[in-house]
Amino acid sequence: MALYSEKVMEHFRNPRNVGVIEDANGIGEVGNAKCGDIMKMYLKIENGIVEDVKFETFGCGSAIASSSMATELIKGQPVSEVKKLTNKAVAEALDGLPDYKMHCSVLAEEAIQSALEDYQKRTGNQI
Amino acid sequence: MIYADNAATTRMSEAAINTMTELMKEGWGNPSSLYVHGQKAKEILEKAREEIAEIISAAPREIYFTSGGSEADNQAILSAAALGRKNGKMHIVSSAFEHHAVLHTLSKLEKEGFEITLLNVHEDGLIVPEEAAEAIRDDTCLVTVMYANNEIGTIQPIRKIGAVCREKGVLFHVDAVQAVGHIPVNVAEDNIDMLSASAHKFHGPKGVGFLYAKKGVRLSNLIEGGAQERGKRAGTENVPGIASMATALKEAVSKMQENTEHQTVMRDRLIAGLQRIPHCALNGDAVHRLPGNVNFCFEGIEGESLLLLLDDRGICASSGSACTSGSLDPSHVLLAIGRVHDVAHGSLRLSIGEEISEKEVDYMIQSVTEVVGYLRGFSPIWRDLMAGKKEFIL
Repeated sequence: MALYSEKVMEHFRNPRNVGVIEDANGIGEVGNAKCGDIMKMYLKIENGIVEDVKFETFGCGSAIASSSMATELIKGQPVSEVKKLTNKAVAEALDGLPDYKMHCSVLAEEAIQSALEDYQKRTGNQI
Repeated sequence: MIYADNAATTRMSEAAINTMTELMKEGWGNPSSLYVHGQKAKEILEKAREEIAEIISAAPREIYFTSGGSEADNQAILSAAALGRKNGKMHIVSSAFEHHAVLHTLSKLEKEGFEITLLNVHEDGLIVPEEAAEAIRDDTCLVTVMYANNEIGTIQPIRKIGAVCREKGVLFHVDAVQAVGHIPVNVAEDNIDMLSASAHKFHGPKGVGFLYAKKGVRLSNLIEGGAQERGKRAGTENVPGIASMATALKEAVSKMQENTEHQTVMRDRLIAGLQRIPHCALNGDAVHRLPGNVNFCFEGIEGESLLLLLDDRGICASSGSACTSGSLDPSHVLLAIGRVHDVAHGSLRLSIGEEISEKEVDYMIQSVTEVVGYLRGFSPIWRDLMAGKKEFIL
């Protein structure tokens, strides 16, 4: 029995949407180095749709997989839907995370919500 | 597969497996039984005791078989504490980077009213004997220090600390789980009163270890029952396991010199190769170090993801990151030598075995270099460090 589900390992080994969006209009960073997890989400929102999303993560396998999965779940989605993204949805999409790793999915949710808030602040657009 | 986690456990040697399986078939009698089949098992048990005693320069009656290193650590410390309590001496000196089998036992005693002084292990991962001397008080009943650290491999000045303890008349226990079978251990010359060892760290079986207790040191029982182990450790003896441990130890000691020479060369090659990775640091002194231990911190990455990607490349290693320990804090050993959380999470331990080849070492250097570079490539910390928004620690 492996530590993580196949899905977690697949996203960890081949993370989607890795990197930076230079002209992002919403950036969120959560976590801290002391705890060993930092997630940074870059959003490019146009006409109320998440046109592009990229992430950078310092963290364990499940943190990287959670970031990757979260970006997949929100890419191309309307902001109104993205707002509703929960950590549970991220964890479920990964076929589950070990209990003590659930906080990784929480970080993914928080990073996205933080990026949305940043977008709202920058653009004045209500979300 | 390259197995570079020998500090966690080792593969059993062929000779140890043979001893064990042979005795499972033939030597399964109870050593406490009086008929020949039982007495044969008793003979095997006592032969193992003699062989192990001789290797560490003890007397056979000073060797008590246990279920492993943790049990031996517990029994040694609790025995010294019981003696101390009886004499009104309720102070214990240890170090900040002991194994949890020691530290958690000490915490338990602290709750029972003992005072614990943990010696500083300094940046090089070494204890200063003079500081041990200063820490000893009139009411100190025990000094317990590990021979070699399990994470960073630093070898402590045990003989000198032992001499200090002898001079002050304080019992000295040594957790030698990482040392026995790997470097010379001599309880007489090293001034050791009690010593713990574990078979599976030197190519013996799991679930077997021993406690050396110098004649005159009164042990308390952890397990009550029959009169096995001179009444100090009840339970029918694991004869195949114990004999297999003796086989493994004899083999390890007979090959120690050549193993050490080879491992040291491989270790130093691995260290030199990894040191070429920017912004990393070797943990622990480079010289006073177990021949098979390599431990690094890499800034900007986290250890668990490093381990998983090394596993994908067939390399078995370990890390002191919080994510691999199941707790929020990274390794207490790395914190004890002054590594801050941020870099302690990015640690890697490669504990190589005797059979490691130069080719495998080079493959590990290449793999670690690539994986660290890859992870740094999408680490927000690394980006900030490179952009000058944050100061490098390493």
